[in-house]
Order: sequence, then C-alpha cells, then structure tokens
Amino acid sequence: MKIAVCIKRVPDSEARIKIGSDGKEIDGSGVKFVLNPYDEYAVEEALKLKGAAGAGEVVAVSLGTDAAQETIRTALAMGADRGILLKADNAGVDPLPAARVLAAELGEGGYDLILLGKLAIDDYSQAVGTMVAELLNLPCVSAITHLDITDGKGKAEREIEGGVEVVEFELPAVLTAEKGLNEPRYPALRGIMLAKKKPLEVKDVTLDPGGLEVLKLALPAERKAGRIVGEGPEAVPALLDALRNEAKVL
Amino acid sequence: MANVLAVLEQRGGALKSVSHEALTAARSIADGLGGEAHALVVGPAGTSGGGLGEYGADKVYLATDDALKLYQGDQYAQLAADRVNGGDYEAVILPATALGKDLGPRLAAKLGCPLVADAISVAYEGGIVVSRPVYAGKAIYTLKITAAPSVICIRPSAVTPAPATRDGTVEEIAASSQAGKAKPATTVEVKQPERAAVDVAEASVVVSGGRGLKEAENFKLIEELAEAMGAAVGASRAVVDAGWRPHAEQVGQTGKTVSPNLYFAIGISGAIQHLAGIRTAKVIVAINRDRDAPIFKVADYGIVGDLFEVTPKLTEEVKKMLEG
Repeated sequence: MKIAVCIKRVPDSEARIKIGSDGKEIDGSGVKFVLNPYDEYAVEEALKLKGAAGAGEVVAVSLGTDAAQETIRTALAMGADRGILLKADNAGVDPLPAARVLAAELGEGGYDLILLGKLAIDDYSQAVGTMVAELLNLPCVSAITHLDITDGKGKAEREIEGGVEVVEFELPAVLTAEKGLNEPRYPALRGIMLAKKKPLEVKDVTLDPGGLEVLKLALPAERKAGRIVGEGPEAVPALLDALRNEAKVL
Repeated sequence: MANVLAVLEQRGGALKSVSHEALTAARSIADGLGGEAHALVVGPAGTSGGGLGEYGADKVYLATDDALKLYQGDQYAQLAADRVNGGDYEAVILPATALGKDLGPRLAAKLGCPLVADAISVAYEGGIVVSRPVYAGKAIYTLKITAAPSVICIRPSAVTPAPATRDGTVEEIAASSQAGKAKPATTVEVKQPERAAVDVAEASVVVSGGRGLKEAENFKLIEELAEAMGAAVGASRAVVDAGWRPHAEQVGQTGKTVSPNLYFAIGISGAIQHLAGIRTAKVIVAINRDRDAPIFKVADYGIVGDLFEVTPKLTEEVKKMLEG
C-alpha cells in the first residue's frame, strides 16, 4: 500500500504568540516549532496501515520553508520511508493555493491513500485535506477517529455534535485524522539515526496569491483577572450570588 | 447585483439554530451589497424551507431526498456548487460546525475560491471584511476578501439571529447532480451515544475537570455538577492524554474551542493551550487549591480551596438554587 502523509511545521501548542513588527504575521523568533500534533496521528495511521498490509511505502510530504526539512525528518524517524519538501517561502492565509500545490504533487504519486491531520494548529483552517480530495476528485472523510480498511474498501468514523458518523468509501481516498484515531509512537533512537539517511527530495513550488488580504494580525483583548470570592466550601454561596446577581449567567 | 447564499444545516429534517445565524450574516452582507440573501436547504423528504423570510431570506432553495437525510459530503458539496454556479453570488456562508467545516472547504475547492474558516465576525465595508482566530485564538486575523465568490464559515454563536421580514419564497430544486465524483464516500449511519450528552463545543455551560481530580473515578464530581447545571463535561489535555476522559471532551488548542456563557475550570491549572480554548467564554469560574495557578489570571471568579470539598458543596447549592 502506497500512502502519502502531508505534514506541517507549526509553533508548539505551548508557545506564546508574538506579533511581528509588520502587524500581519507572527514573530517566530524564539518559538519552538514542532510536527503538527494532528499530523502525528496521520503518520501513525499510515505506518500502522503499511505494517498491516505487509508491504508498501509511506511518503511524508510537507509544504513549507527549508526549516520544514527537520519536520520531515521527524516523520522519517517515526518510520516514514522518504520525504518530499515542497519548498515555498510563505503559504499565505488562503488555504486553496496550498491545497493546489499539494494536490499537484499527490496526484502524480499513484497513492492508495492520502492522510493529513484534520487541521494545523497554526492557521486552524481545517481545510487543506478536504480541498486536496476535491481537487483530485477522490472520496474524503475528514476528522476521523476510527478507520478500518479491507480489500480496497474503507470504513471511517467521524465525530459530529452529539454523535458519530460512519462513512464508507473506496480507495484511493483522502482522510484527515482527529485526535483519538491512534496513539502516535515516539521516534526511537534507531529511527532517528536511520532517518538521517532516508531520501528527502526538495522541489521548489510557487503558490498563487489567493483571495484573502491580511489587514492585520493582532492579539485578542486580554481577559482581566477577576476576583477570588473566598476560600473553601464556605465561599460557594458568595460564588453563586455573584454568578446570579452580578454576572447574570445563572 | 450580487447575492449571498447561506447553506443551512438540518438534523432529521429540522433546521439547527446555527442555520439562522448563518442566514442573519448572509442578510447583513447582502444588505451591504444591495443584493439578495438566499438560503440552500438540503435534507430528507419533508424538510421544510418555510419561515426563513423571518431571518432575512429573500429566496429559499430546497433540495430534498431521503438519500440526503444524513450528511453526504460529496453530494452536498456538488449541490451547493451547482447552486452557486447557477446564480450571481458574492459569498457563501455556512455554520462552522462539524458539517460546515467539512463542506466549506469542499465547496471552495470546487468553486476555486477563497475560504475563511471559523470566522468570528463578518461585515461589509466596501468589501467583505472578516476576523478569524488563529493559533486557537492566541491571535486574530482581520482579512479582506479580494475575490468573488468566497466561502465563509461562521463560528456558532458568533452572530445573533436577527428578525427580518422578507419573502422567503421556497423553490424546490433537483436533489441530485449530473456532476460529481465517480466514487463518492457514503455516510451509512450516525451512531448516537447511549446517554444523550450536550456537546462541549455547543453548550452554554461547561464544567471542566483537570489533573487536580487525581484519578479518573473522581470525575464523577464533575459529572454531578454538570448534570445539576444541565452543562456539558469538559476535560483538560492532561486528563485526556491520561485516558481518563474521551478526547471529544478536550478543551484547548488540540481539543475544542468553546464559547459558553459560563465555564467552570476545576482542578485545572491553566496551561497556555487550555486558556486559548476558553478565551471567548463569557464568564470563567476557577476552583483550584493553588492561589498562584495561571487560571486565576483569566477567571472572573475564583475559589481557592480543595476541589474535593468545594465541588460537592457547589453541586448541592446549585441543585437547591435551581429547584427553589
């Protein structure tokens, strides 16, 4: 089974976000970057599927700057076989140009399955995976928490408000991974050593500008610290009084 | 003249309240453009498109077929794309629900147009200007849309449905399309949980627990308070990673972003990624034994104390209050 996993280099979820001097981008200095957590589930699922099939290839594809090579190496250390960096300076804020570049690469690969994280924790669009599927005219299930594949047919589950959708599809297909799909492995030392020697191809790509213009990027209004209404269970009546009469939310 | 299309969401043939929010947003953009607000309703036979003039729809396009009872992403996207291509639309608005977050990008890809996911505001200022959180709300973009049409998903509760008086004329349209994928995916069923729970992302009150509960069993304290308040149960990343709670309950940057009227953080210290997910809650209450916990810096009200004493007392008093 030949599987592509799309991965992205993003600021760590514990990172404090600072706005750059242009007021339109973040200031990435001093920020720790990681493999997007949702992409870890996608990589893990690809490795599991390849293992279950007994043969195949897992290709980690990333759209990003040169620094994303490190992110690809992380996926290779987890067990992916090779990497492709689609090198571009800036992915922009409109998800479609990024999806187009990925689809152009993935459409050429003859993949049985294309996996992505359900969203990247930086832009939070939750769009590129489903867009890639549409551009390639492939069936798609987004934000899956469960997957079975047998004889070229798949069944996936995705959580919706108050329920779980069960979706059936045929391969080739595009799936995006939600937390809960699996427990991603940590790269072992041996994997990290092997990853250094795995092939990583770099291709220059150009994104079209998209249809969104950034007017500004700003930090949200800080919440003001409120007050401690008291200590221990004795403070409960004062809390409820404040919620009912002051905040008027009860 | 350019119009705006709101793609509405139904469950079992009944429209969800987020649909009225999307329609209200479409109405306000249409007013800015001097055009019409249209609604597209896709659902099983018997789904009604009536009464939507009261939320500002000039026209309602209704596509019904029992095969469309459950959300079928491929068909829904094709029907929506056909409608947009058949009219003069400046923008398409969907609710940023599980359905909208799947359908919006599909539609934008089919139309080859920009997508704004999870907008928290939409306005017409000589062009459509939207704001949307990134980094789970740690920063907010203000964006101007420079192409038409565009697809905009609006976060639930970001818009308050506003009454309007429009015709809301219903026109039935074909529920199948000639175009579409050779092998579409098919939603075969929706599994309902044994106990109907309020989803943490949609609830107006959320009671969340963290590592301070010490072990999974103690979450019953959280469940009891949530039940007394008719609230959804939420959880911190630490307790989800520990396997105490399902990830569907996780609140924060790698979980759900919530905007309830009232949020209880119990035994949650307040890691940055958790705070990012609750920033837009109206009122935050923290219960924690550590007076210096970061959660108190964002909480509107706090009680410093042992959650094993405070929480049961709170449940008891809430029950009394709501019964009395």
